[in-house]
Amino acid sequence: MRVSLFVTCLVDSLFPEVGVSTVRLLRRLGAEVDFPENQICCGQPAFNAGYHPEARAVAEGWLDAFSSSDHIVSPSGSCGGMVVHGYEELFADDPTRLAQAREVRGKVYELSQFIVEVLGLEDVGARYPARVTYHPSCHATRLMGVGDAPVRLLRRVKDLEFVELPFAEECCGFGGTFSVKMGDVSTAIVSDKIRHIQETGADLVVGTDMGCLMNIEGRLRRIGSPVRVMHLAQLLEEGVQ
Amino acid sequence: MTVHPATMKERAAEALHNDFLREAVKITTDKFFAGKALAQRSLGDWEAWRERGRAIRAHVLAHLDYYLGQLIDQVKSRGGKVHLCETAEDAVQVIVDIARARNARSVIKSKSMVTEEIQLNKALEAIGVRAVETDLGEYIIQLAHETPSHIIAPAIHKTKKDVAELFSQVAGKPIKDDTDTLTNFARQKLREEFLTGDIGITGCNFAVAETGSVALFTNEGNGRMVTTLPPVHVVVMGMERVVPTFEDLEVMMNLLPRSGTGQKLTSYVTVITGPRREGEVDGPEEFHLVIVDNGRSRILRDPEFREALQCIRCGACLNVCPVYRQIGGHAYGWVYPGPIGAVITPLLTDDLDRWGDLPYASSLCAACAEACPVKIPLHDMLVRHRVRYVAAGKTPPAERMAFRLYKRAFTSPRRYRLAFKTAVTFQRPLVKDRHLSARLPGLAGWTAGRDFPAAAPKRFRDLWPGLAAEARQMGGADHE
Repeated sequence: MRVSLFVTCLVDSLFPEVGVSTVRLLRRLGAEVDFPENQICCGQPAFNAGYHPEARAVAEGWLDAFSSSDHIVSPSGSCGGMVVHGYEELFADDPTRLAQAREVRGKVYELSQFIVEVLGLEDVGARYPARVTYHPSCHATRLMGVGDAPVRLLRRVKDLEFVELPFAEECCGFGGTFSVKMGDVSTAIVSDKIRHIQETGADLVVGTDMGCLMNIEGRLRRIGSPVRVMHLAQLLEEGVQ
Repeated sequence: MTVHPATMKERAAEALHNDFLREAVKITTDKFFAGKALAQRSLGDWEAWRERGRAIRAHVLAHLDYYLGQLIDQVKSRGGKVHLCETAEDAVQVIVDIARARNARSVIKSKSMVTEEIQLNKALEAIGVRAVETDLGEYIIQLAHETPSHIIAPAIHKTKKDVAELFSQVAGKPIKDDTDTLTNFARQKLREEFLTGDIGITGCNFAVAETGSVALFTNEGNGRMVTTLPPVHVVVMGMERVVPTFEDLEVMMNLLPRSGTGQKLTSYVTVITGPRREGEVDGPEEFHLVIVDNGRSRILRDPEFREALQCIRCGACLNVCPVYRQIGGHAYGWVYPGPIGAVITPLLTDDLDRWGDLPYASSLCAACAEACPVKIPLHDMLVRHRVRYVAAGKTPPAERMAFRLYKRAFTSPRRYRLAFKTAVTFQRPLVKDRHLSARLPGLAGWTAGRDFPAAAPKRFRDLWPGLAAEARQMGGADHE
């Protein structure tokens, strides 16, 4: 099965190791991975901030880059959500681009969603001895309909002790420009998230979106917490036996 | 109603310092949310109910002229008077005139957000009429000279101790701060008011067009007193609060309390159809329906925001909003807090300069849209507001510049590479352990409370050729 990696700009320039893990994991599960090199960003930062002409210019580049893909897989539910949900709004007045966006919509998957729903796998053969909790990102849950796919994958990891996160579905407070514009409210929200993570006694918090994870990790580091943060792709790939 | 002078950001900062407020709001909204989950399940297919609710509200909005016409005819045919008011001032004037005509000295009120919106109590006070809120929460905040901080739990931010202090002032002696004592005190006080009120003023959860009835959902029974004891009953409703039939009302009776407080039904549902008829022993001699536009028809004409009028004021979006849960309702500055407030306040007031910053009080997590029982796409609307704010040139020049640069860099692989190289170069003195912890200009909102990851030494796309080679070595057939 041919899979086009939608790497996301955040992973590309801040967390390339997550992209590397995503590729290696998908390969191990039998997929052929290609990387459309003209992709840069889906346009979400400008879209959410209200700069739609700018977002459109960037999103058009994204559509062109993935025009010939069969399956498009992203290690971020938020960026995937931008394509499946946001493009409808963004290109409402542009019938050509809207048609293109609608065609591509059915091909876009968040990584764990792809593994569970398309590849039909829950046990990816990983082993990771740690007490782990999971933060479900809002856009993966609410815009991509990822559901419990990441949890099902985690529960099948050998030697991994999974602990439910209280108030799991409450936002971590990231929200793109929100985290800068209303920095103190955002920090207050992530502080609650971290309190709940600490209540679980987990040594590791796993997520499927680097936006949320960099927010959570940034706060954990600032308060000197030993709790580590990891993308699901890294855990499943690095934890292979 | 208090209009706060500060910006959303400043009001939020103030609220963040109030630990009690934040804790109280979280405890109550958690309780509502947990209750909602249970009450939803007991109804069966919640998504199907939501869709019914949405369809009814959308249908009414698409034919609002027709249903308002029907409602008005029905109210009149049953002996009621109807007043269509374009502005808040018009509505206030109508009610002031009614009060004057009856030589009213006191007005008893049942909870109504619209009367907060039109600042009715202030206008009544100005002509020497005492307005008494009879919903317990409203009564408390009225004594404190405050405004509601939640749509259905107006005094969500008050402790028992706060309430005991307020009641002690009224009583002129200390009142104990246990729940029974407090509610008994309010009950005694309010009963005196019920019996002496000259006019009863209520809101209207829904008006039923087919019969000209108004329906009130309350938990304290005060709605029944206010609508039946005084000789005059005035109903104030936003012009969108119509449902066609009692069957539609039933859907709303299921959706609203479940969504708001997690109740299957409110303790009291009061349905009033016109004034007292001949031979009846109870009910008011006069019945007035005041239908308030106050910006609503402007929203109705706006295809991007029309669905906001579907709102049934249940407060479910507040209960799940991570921002509301941190800062409470007063930080939103006007009558309607939370995500729905951030959407409708700029529309109702038509004042972008004052209220255009509200739509930024959201992380766009979409919990509000998910919670909404009539499926208003609240998080999409918050983005639409931002688009208008940007288009009106209201955002800071530095931000506009940043997004111009973003567009330039992110539409060309060559310029993107250059921007990345520049970032890597400039961050060098600031990086420690792959993070930037210094307070960076432009990122200060982030770095005040969190570390920021440094740009990686090499981008993923720079690593890709190596990854592709890895696949070839392993005998894979990856495409490049």
